[in-house]
Amino acid sequence: METTFTPLASTIGGALIGLASVLLMLTLGRIMGATGILAGFFTPASRDDFLWRAAMLAGMVTGPVIYLALTGSFPAIDIPISMPVLLFGGFVVGLGVTFGSGCTSGHGICGMARLSPRSIVATLTFMIATAVTVYVMRHVIGG
Amino acid sequence: MRILLAYVIGTVFGLGISISGMANPAKVLNFFDVAGTWDPSLAFVMASALAVTFVGYRLILPRPAGPMLEQRFLLPSAGRIDARLVGGSAVFGIGWGISGFCPGGVLPALGTGRIEVILFVVAMVAGIFAARALMNFRSPATPTQA
Repeated sequence: METTFTPLASTIGGALIGLASVLLMLTLGRIMGATGILAGFFTPASRDDFLWRAAMLAGMVTGPVIYLALTGSFPAIDIPISMPVLLFGGFVVGLGVTFGSGCTSGHGICGMARLSPRSIVATLTFMIATAVTVYVMRHVIGG
Repeated sequence: MRILLAYVIGTVFGLGISISGMANPAKVLNFFDVAGTWDPSLAFVMASALAVTFVGYRLILPRPAGPMLEQRFLLPSAGRIDARLVGGSAVFGIGWGISGFCPGGVLPALGTGRIEVILFVVAMVAGIFAARALMNFRSPATPTQA
């Protein structure tokens, strides 16, 4: 399935993701990592810890609603794979980000911005693994 | 105040994800499909987000007073680069390559109410708890971090 190249929208969206990361560090002094925020939501250290995580997740979910209000439609979500494969992928993502202690936002943006050696290694590893997986899924297994 | 700020910051993140295309698996997978229907948009998301965060962190992290609403910056300690980090990241990449959803992309996407997104998140959370159970099984004596 082809998608349209959107350099301007992607740059603006990326800047907002960066802005959110900077604001979270400035106020609550924390890394804007989706994995860490979600994991801590299920096992919070305290009531306050639970509350800010819940508020953050509620805000994230509000994002597409604001997008809807601005543009008249929800952001496109095109899923080019079957449901069982999608769910298997979800389980594998959950396993990986837990063992790897982070994902695209935590390692790829915040950790890289801090020049953390762990995050640089993690990001290179998952970018390569993702590219290899997509190649195998689309050009070796699929067709 | 903390809760309101966290909500607003989450909203900025969720809007950024929505505008950027990171909530769209087809678009994310096409970034990695250089040999097929390549869409380089994701590089612009990463570069832009990284540039803003890099500059912002340089301005904020040296602040002697720390963050506005905490005693100090709560940064991950500089641990070792070990098999768990590399192996976990590789496994995450396999899952991301299969599905096109990463946690930061899929959590805001919940706001669209799409059933596929909700079920993906359920499966992902199951994976998180399965990984925790495996970790506890392998090293039950490991003390919890302070």
